[in-house]
Amino acid sequence: PSLHLPRRMADEAPFQILHNEVIQYIYTSAENGETENGRNITKLENMGFRVGQGLIERLTKDTARFKDELDIMKFICKDFWTCVFKKQIDNLRTNHQGIYVLQDNKFRLLGQLSAGKQYLDQAPKYLAFTCGLVRGALSNLGVKSIVTAEVSIMPACKPLVIHRQVTY
Amino acid sequence: MAVCIAVIAKENYPLYIRSVPTQNELKFHYTVHTSLDVVEEKISAVGKSLGDQRELYLGLLYPTEDYKVYGYVTNSKVKFVIVVDSSNTSLRDNEIRSMFRKLHNSFTDVMCNPFHNPGDPIQSKAFDGIVSGMMVQTG
Repeated sequence: PSLHLPRRMADEAPFQILHNEVIQYIYTSAENGETENGRNITKLENMGFRVGQGLIERLTKDTARFKDELDIMKFICKDFWTCVFKKQIDNLRTNHQGIYVLQDNKFRLLGQLSAGKQYLDQAPKYLAFTCGLVRGALSNLGVKSIVTAEVSIMPACKPLVIHRQVTY
Repeated sequence: MAVCIAVIAKENYPLYIRSVPTQNELKFHYTVHTSLDVVEEKISAVGKSLGDQRELYLGLLYPTEDYKVYGYVTNSKVKFVIVVDSSNTSLRDNEIRSMFRKLHNSFTDVMCNPFHNPGDPIQSKAFDGIVSGMMVQTG
């Protein structure tokens, strides 16, 4: 069954604008802005984490229970991504041993930055929240993971999900 | 109408538990705790039996002399347990299902509340209200 969420007008733009402002705010309110890059990225990622937890609770409220990990990843690529970014992930690859690579060729949150390589070094700031979002969603579904993202050319974005199972 | 409603985290500790009458609280805690084993059994029995194993509603977990215990598990592995009086035969499956749906809806709202920290006990008044509406009223 497809996810049916109420259609609201212009709900995509406010989120993008808010996201950009959040990044600006975190960097300007930190004492040393750019030099605290690591800490700011972590703040953004943690924000995304909490939002991801709540969002996935809402999205999976009416879906059937997931069969396995791949089922979960497919859900993230289709329903979850569509809910947040209005499109699906373009490509999903896995090595079947816990590493998944999701590719979005036209990542919405990078759309405001110019295409090409000029602002490549700024890209991580814009990816942190989304990485946290995915990590939070997975965490609430019972999957412990590390999510990192790479950009080689704007606006294509390749989040890399490393799922590490903790075994003793 | 339930005599006890509980919400259990995926790590199997209670996030919320309320029972009526309150003198028997310990007994209900125990009942809910033992029902967790049955829940685990049902969740892990995927593919072994026929029927819709992907459903969130788990049905009657086990009947005791005085009570019937029903279970429900969310995709985030949070479990809801409802205990009703055995003598309450008028309560049908559909009604129990709708009680669980209401709980799930309210729980989702709690999760989305930015002031709530996942893993903490539920302190939402709205959630309390929903649960009160489902519990047996004592005079």
